[in-house]
Amino acid sequence: MIETHELSKKFGSNVVLDKVSFSVPESQRLVIIGRSGTGKSVLLKHLIGLMEPDSGEVKVDGEKITGLEERELLRVRSKFGMLFQSAALFDSLSVAENVGFVLQREGKLSAAEQKEKISEALEMVELAGTEEKKPSELSGGMRKRVGLARAIIYRPEIIVYDEPTTGLDPIVSDSIDKLILRVNEQLKATTIVVTHDMRTVKTVAQRVMMLKKGHIYVDTTPDELFSSQDPVVHQFVNGIADAKNIEFEP
Amino acid sequence: MVNRAGLESWVSGLGRLTLLLMEIGKSLFTQKFNWDGFMQQMHFIGVKSQSVVLITGAFTGMVLCAQTYFQFHKVHMDSATLAVVSVSMCSELGPVLTALMVAGRVGAAMAAELGTMKVTEQIDALRTLATHPVDYLVVPRLLATLVAMPLLTIEAVAIGIGSGYVLGVGLLGMDAAYSWAFVVKYTDVNEIYTGIIKATIFGLCIALIGCYKGLNCEGGAEGVGKSTTEAVVYSSITVLMSNFFLTLLLNRIFP
Ligand SMILES: Nc1ncnc2c1ncn2[C@@H]1O[C@H](COP(=O)(O)OP(=O)(O)O)[C@@H](O)[C@H]1O
Ligand SMILES: [Mg+2]
Repeated sequence: MIETHELSKKFGSNVVLDKVSFSVPESQRLVIIGRSGTGKSVLLKHLIGLMEPDSGEVKVDGEKITGLEERELLRVRSKFGMLFQSAALFDSLSVAENVGFVLQREGKLSAAEQKEKISEALEMVELAGTEEKKPSELSGGMRKRVGLARAIIYRPEIIVYDEPTTGLDPIVSDSIDKLILRVNEQLKATTIVVTHDMRTVKTVAQRVMMLKKGHIYVDTTPDELFSSQDPVVHQFVNGIADAKNIEFEP
Repeated sequence: MVNRAGLESWVSGLGRLTLLLMEIGKSLFTQKFNWDGFMQQMHFIGVKSQSVVLITGAFTGMVLCAQTYFQFHKVHMDSATLAVVSVSMCSELGPVLTALMVAGRVGAAMAAELGTMKVTEQIDALRTLATHPVDYLVVPRLLATLVAMPLLTIEAVAIGIGSGYVLGVGLLGMDAAYSWAFVVKYTDVNEIYTGIIKATIFGLCIALIGCYKGLNCEGGAEGVGKSTTEAVVYSSITVLMSNFFLTLLLNRIFP
């Protein structure tokens, strides 16, 4: 269960979040959509305590995490798995070391058990056999899938995906969408997905929120989203640019 | 007139540097130590600095020996030359020049590596994976620098005196036995302590500033470049300035 209460954040004069309040019940699959630069990544980083809001608060399982100090937050964050928009793999470590990072830090499992879990996780994202590669040797889509394996290997209660399918081919995208579903069902993990990909919305969402100018513009079910007559929603869902964006000066 | 914003950012920077230092202290006493990271950094700082330190030590020792000899020769004090080389290498030139070379190599690398990790969200990823960047990244770098700096300094000093000896005795015709006797007579053990203490403190400054600049890096590739430059400049200046005060202070402690 994640709740935000009047969450506000600005960078200089750029107001990114303006009193955003919502809550996500346990094991729900919430998809957040919105134009680039509306603050979706910033919102996710607030949920997981990577950014401090200017005002407002975030609660995880009833515990207020806003204002906690970093070492307290580390404990809260072990409930979370996060896939970063840029994948954010550690480029000095191999794929296996990236995926098994938490297992290695915890040191609870033997080396052989860790290895087994790592190859299992890599198989889930269809990257079996890439253990020894360095992130720099992988394509963008592969990096994202390694990031995904790293986020789910320790079976977190809450998983946050920042644009999991952006830059991936349609087939891989579909397998990622299905993986998100499967992880949600198997782990009963609360799932929050940020995306532009309407197919992800169709496959994954139980609930859809659209962000616009720092506010939650709509908060609804996927069916209602796709049949919405609201011009802004309609335009986004169908990917229609404003005419003025297409014209150029003679 | 003092620029108010500049002063404010300087003071807050100093505050954050202190917080980083406190966090390092806390981590040292409460957290599991990252041995792998420490060994890697020891290799990078200690082993890979060898050529730089050898060249610095050798040429400094030789030029010091030559210049001193040219002056001392006029007053027929040839055999005291090497003692001057030894004393200045031990307490001043050895630690300072080694620190400047390490600042350029190691401080810059720390700022660049951590800065890149910061701007590519790898630091955020680390925090997400329930790992404190200070535990995983800063502490191993800091300790490795603290261990490596005195060793590198001793090495530079030894090489400096050695190459001064070879130049002086071999080429300039100084008397080997007298030269060496004066070195032993005038190089107090306190000079050596002074050098080692200085080296350790310089190591602390270099690693702390390098890591701080990296962790507080912002703004993509340009930001990484800026942090790296600042890390080298600030740590070099800190080394030079603190060296002066350390000389005064340590002179009191080891008269
Ligand atoms: N660390 C930061 N410093 C300053 N501005 C930022 C920072 N992170 C994000 N922003 C700004 O916040 C806005 C939202 O960014 P982001 O959340 O990345 O958008 P998106 O919805 O595409 O994920 C953008 O205008 C961006 O410039
Ligand atoms: Mg984003």
